[in-house]
Order: sequence, then C-alpha cells, then structure tokens
Amino acid sequence: MYRSHVMVCGGTGCTSSRSLEIIQRFEELIAANGLSDEVKVVRTGCFGLCERGPIVVIYPEGAFYARITPEDVDRIVSEHLLKGRVVKDLIYHENDDKPTNTSLNDIGFYKKQHRIALRNCGMIDPENIDEYIAYDGYKALGKCLTELTREEVIDIVKKSGLRGRGGAGFPTGMKWEFGYKSVSDQKYVVCNGDEGDPGAFMDRSVLEGDPHSVLEAMAIAGYAVGASQGYIYVRAEYPIAVKRLEIAIGQAREYGLLGKNIFGTDFSFDIEIRLGAGAFVCGEETALLTSIEGRRGEPRPRPPFPAVKGVFGKPTVLNNVETYANIPVIINKGYEWFSQMGTEKCKGTKVFALGGKIVNTGLVEVPMGTTVREIIYDIGGGIPNGKKFKAAQTGGPSGGCIPASCLDTPIDYESLIAIGSMMGSGGLIVMDEDNCMVDIAKFFLEFTADESCGKCTPCRVGTRRMLEILERITNGEGRDGDIEKLEQLAKNIKATALCGLGQTAPNPVLSTLRYFRDEYEAHIYEKRCPAGHCKKLARVTIDPEKCIGCSLCSKVCPVGAISGKVKSPFVIDQSKCIKCGACMEKCPRGAISKK
Amino acid sequence: MSLTNEQKEQNYAALNAFIEEHKNDRGPLMKIMQKAQDLFGYLSLETQTLIADALHVPVTEVYGVATFYAQFSLQPKGEHVLGVCTGTACYVKGSAAVLEEVERELNCKSGHTTEDGKFTIQATRCLGCCGLAPVMVIDEQVYGRLVPADVAGILDKYR
Repeated sequence: MYRSHVMVCGGTGCTSSRSLEIIQRFEELIAANGLSDEVKVVRTGCFGLCERGPIVVIYPEGAFYARITPEDVDRIVSEHLLKGRVVKDLIYHENDDKPTNTSLNDIGFYKKQHRIALRNCGMIDPENIDEYIAYDGYKALGKCLTELTREEVIDIVKKSGLRGRGGAGFPTGMKWEFGYKSVSDQKYVVCNGDEGDPGAFMDRSVLEGDPHSVLEAMAIAGYAVGASQGYIYVRAEYPIAVKRLEIAIGQAREYGLLGKNIFGTDFSFDIEIRLGAGAFVCGEETALLTSIEGRRGEPRPRPPFPAVKGVFGKPTVLNNVETYANIPVIINKGYEWFSQMGTEKCKGTKVFALGGKIVNTGLVEVPMGTTVREIIYDIGGGIPNGKKFKAAQTGGPSGGCIPASCLDTPIDYESLIAIGSMMGSGGLIVMDEDNCMVDIAKFFLEFTADESCGKCTPCRVGTRRMLEILERITNGEGRDGDIEKLEQLAKNIKATALCGLGQTAPNPVLSTLRYFRDEYEAHIYEKRCPAGHCKKLARVTIDPEKCIGCSLCSKVCPVGAISGKVKSPFVIDQSKCIKCGACMEKCPRGAISKK
Repeated sequence: MSLTNEQKEQNYAALNAFIEEHKNDRGPLMKIMQKAQDLFGYLSLETQTLIADALHVPVTEVYGVATFYAQFSLQPKGEHVLGVCTGTACYVKGSAAVLEEVERELNCKSGHTTEDGKFTIQATRCLGCCGLAPVMVIDEQVYGRLVPADVAGILDKYR
C-alpha cells in the first residue's frame, strides 16, 4: 500500500509539454527522499483539461496541479509529499480572483461531465493490466463467456440503445446482429481507430489512456458474432497509442484474456494492430477494410455491407474506438443503467474534443442532450480574450457550423443534423469574431479535395471546382453567381459521390452559406472580409492619432515593413506587409488595426 | 538521410528478414512498406522492386500503394523533418501564418526539402495536441502556442 499516488498525465498533449521529464524528476526526488515505498508515481492517460497541461494529480487529496514544469516538482515533493501541505500557487484555479479549488471534483470543467468511455483515463496506468483489472477490467468479458449466450450479449447491446460513436450513429446492437446472422467459416471484428477528423482526439485518448477497454470490448464482440480474429486499425500519427496497444495486447495474451480458450471456454480470439499511413478516406468503413488488406484504401459501394462481406471477403463487424469503450460498462452495469442517460433516441454519453478559440481546450464527456452552450460556456469556460463567439464547428470536414442562434440545441445525432451540422466523431472547434467563415469553408474544402481518393468523379473533380470558387472569393475575385454555382455543385456532389467522404464534403460550405451568407456576399460584392482575416482583402494600418512612436511594431515585424522615427507615428509599407498581425499584438496602444 | 553502403546492406538484410517473417500474413504489403520506410526513410524504386518481387506482386501495385498514402515518401527526406500542424484547431488559431513564416525563413515551400538538405517542410494533419495550438514539430520535438515571430529563433537551433 502506498500512502500517496502521484498521477502524471502521459497523453500526447502533456507528453509534448515535457510530462515525461516531470515523471522522471518525481521518481528521482522520491527515491532521494526515501519515499519509494510510500509514494507511487503513475503515468496515466489523458485527464481532459489539455489546455492546462502538463497535469499532475496527487491522491488521496485529489490535488489538481496544472501547467507544471519539471522545476516545480522539487517544491511539490518537499512541501506536499514530505510535509503534507498542498502547494497552493501551483494548483489549478478556474478563476484567478478566487483561488479556492483544491480538488478535481470541485472544478467546473468536470462537474457537468459524466465519464463512461473515459472512465479510466487519468485513473490508471494504461501500461499495467492489473490496474485495469482492479477497476473491473475483463469482468464483462468473463460474464459474457461464462454466463451469457451470444444472443443475450447482442440483446443487451441492442437494448442499451448504444449507437456508433464514429459519427453515423448506426445502432451497435443491430450491427452485431447482422454479423451474427451472417454464415461463414471465418468472421472478423475490426476497430476503427483511424481518427482522421482534424481537431478530434478522443479515440486517441481512449487508446492511450485505457487500451484494455477496447480489447475487452472487441473480444466481447468476437464472442457475440462468432469471430476469432480482430484487427485494430490505428493512424500512424499516434505513436503513443500504438505503443500502449502493443503492450496491452501482449499483457492480455500473457494473462490468457486473448488467445486460445479464454476463461477456460472454447472461445478463442486474438487481435492484431494494423497501421494506417495517412489517408483520411480510410476512416470510411469499406476503405478501411481495403487498407487492412494492405491495398490502396479506396471505398467501394455498399451493399454488400461489411457485416456480410468485409475484410478478406468475410463477414466483419466494425465499430469505432469510443463505441467499444462503452461496451464493458454496459455489460457490467446493465442496459437499464446505460439507457437512463441521454435523450429519447440517443442513449449514453458522447466525448467531444474541444478546440480552437475556447478557454479550456481539452476532452469532455457529457450525457447526450447536453446543450452546445453548456459544453462551450459551463465546461469549456467560454471564449478567451473577451472575444465574441461566432460559431462552433462539429463533424470536421463532413460537418457544419453551429451559429450563436443554435447554442441551446441539445446535442444528439438528429438535432445536429436538423441544424445543418452533424455529430461526427466528436471534434468541436470554436471560432470567434476574428475567424472568417468563408475561409473556414475553404479550409475544409482544401482538406477534402486533397484527401479525395480519386475513385469517383463527383468527389475528385467536384470538390476541386468548389475549392477554386472559394479561393477566388477569398482572394477578392469573387463574381456574381458564385454562390449559386457553389450550391449547385454541392447538391450534385452530395447526390452522386460514392462514399461518405464525397457525400458530406460540401457540408461545410452549405452550412456556412446557411448561417453566414452575408460574409460570402461581403467578400464577393464589397470585396471586404468582415472578420479581417482574408489577407488579399485586408490592410493593416497604424492610426497616427493613437501611435506614440515607441517602435515596438517595427522591431517585431518579420519582414521589415514598418518604419518611422521614434516618438512620431510609424507607417506600414503595404507592398511588404504580410498581414501576420504580429505588430498588432505588440502595440501597447491598440493603434494598429486590420480591416 | 544519406546512407553508407554498409548501412544500406544492413537495412536490406533487416528488410529481407522482416519480409520472410511476414510474407505469409494476410495482407502483408503495407506493413512491409512501412518497415522499409522506417529503415530507409523513403521508398526508392529499388526498394519497391525488391518488395514486389518478394511478394510476387507487380511493382505497379507497390507504387500504387506508396502514392496513395501520404506517409510513404518516394524521395529522401532532409536531415530534419519539420511539420506545421494544419488541423482545424491549429488553423483557427493561426497555423497558416506560422507555416508561411517557416516557408519564408527557409525559402522553401511546404512539401519540399531545402536545397542544403537540412529541412523537409510538411503541412501535417492533426497531431492531436490541440491544447498547444498552433503547433510545429521538428523531428520529435513539439513546439506549441506559436506566433510567427517565434519561428526564426526555433529554426536557429537546427541550422
């Protein structure tokens, strides 16, 4: 028994800001102070509050230290671990005026959350199977194999109301039933961990923070549908997740929880990792299955659906990481418990990756039916720097924007589609008044045009044509009729593209046109970018009335475009200016503006 | 990354051993290509031909896969690989300006390698550390919360 546990986040975000050095420093100092038998340092998965990383939480107090540097560790050890005094000035405060929070449960960011898929992230060492088992790990698999029939397992999943968390929201139990009913000598279970939506990182966090929950769920799915082999397809951009999965698979095999005759039954199941190689389209199920076969990840028409003809031509059940992470809890706690949460049509919770112009960038898990406003303001802490909220983007390149007028929409699959967006896999990017919505639409079209696999013409050529129009508009060369052309192209692509990538590619344009048509019109007819973002339409100028001639702007300008004499107004050479805005940030008088 | 003949031979030996171990797996092509890319840093025509011969598939199939996926490279990369994240969270926080500054500082466009072979610039897909946006990665080191003015100083460490 240890008297204290020091939990240090080892997720990708915190690792990028030196959390491994922090762990090393803790271990050195704990050993030097002779505390090795009393204090344990644990490298955990993501705590969610990435904005404040690296995060260190010390139990039993639950003291929540944020933005810790390796240099801070000395004080935490000498004060907190040796003398039992929480180091108050290193504790995370939501509100600088009232430094009152000391423990994780007091923090507003966590209060409205309900962590099911993320239940073990930040709680256990993901590289240690014993810690997973201590939190009821593999209990659900044992229950399924020894107490439940295959039909009963499928029935529980169906009754829970769980729907696919990858974005489309297809009922998971029904998918399993299709797989179960397919007759074949060999079936497969596949986990889609090709999290390609930019700004979405919930699947990565689950894989990094709780890999065994996914393995356990895949084995349960294997039992239910009658498969003996599973594949996890993971993006190669996620090295930490891949490494932890490899460790987890090794440990599960060693414990007999994967492999032959699991729990002494006649059920055998094993899992292999397949790495993606950078192709967004591989998140589409038929493309993913082709990629697992080691080929160009091009989608194919459905039917036949994967449950009938999937990887290597055999029936395949394919679910997303987050969907799997829910399964063991549903089996352990029962479908009644799970289906109490959420809305009428959408049960349970959803994990969102909050990013962009929001105070608390990070990972949050909320019951379905929570409003966008609650997520952005109560949990996310609102918009930084006193700026105004403009839109929240969900569903990535397939989704759309939620404007301020729709902030009170309760989140579920249907309600988001009704307002022209979609759930998607869970990226939620917030934009403020400085973001140009035409530019955002162009950004997503650049992405889809680049990621189009090229197999079908509407997507390959159509997205390119749309992109060209958007480029023209943002360059100040928009013409009368461009908006109508965009709408026509969008309609045709949606109706004729082969797979989900193409069919949804026009959504970012359609949704911004729906809510921000005036911005398009300002670009086209007035040659003006209302947000001051589009460079070709913007001019950065210094107000001579306000300028005090301090010369800070000319020093920070990366291209030497600003000149003047100290103590008299400076001027910007428009032919050199790259409109980076560095001078605006430096100016102590707010004399520089971009219009 | 330029390799000596001795390193090349070692790499080919390692690749052949890997192929031997995996060639009877189901759908082995991509994992073998990934191994080859790890070893050599890129997939030369020579390497692609070797893989094709070993798996008894046409070189066109190997080439087709290599050109389909962004992470396979047909050219050797620079000494340092620099990626500016262009995921949505980084983009709305100004990563385009950071990338422009990198291109300007190194006088080299994204997707290319500087003439001296020091840097390869990439506009990467989301790296998943959105809390640090906008983000740039050089080799394995992550630099976060950047403004264009930070770029020159960071690059100096590698020049």
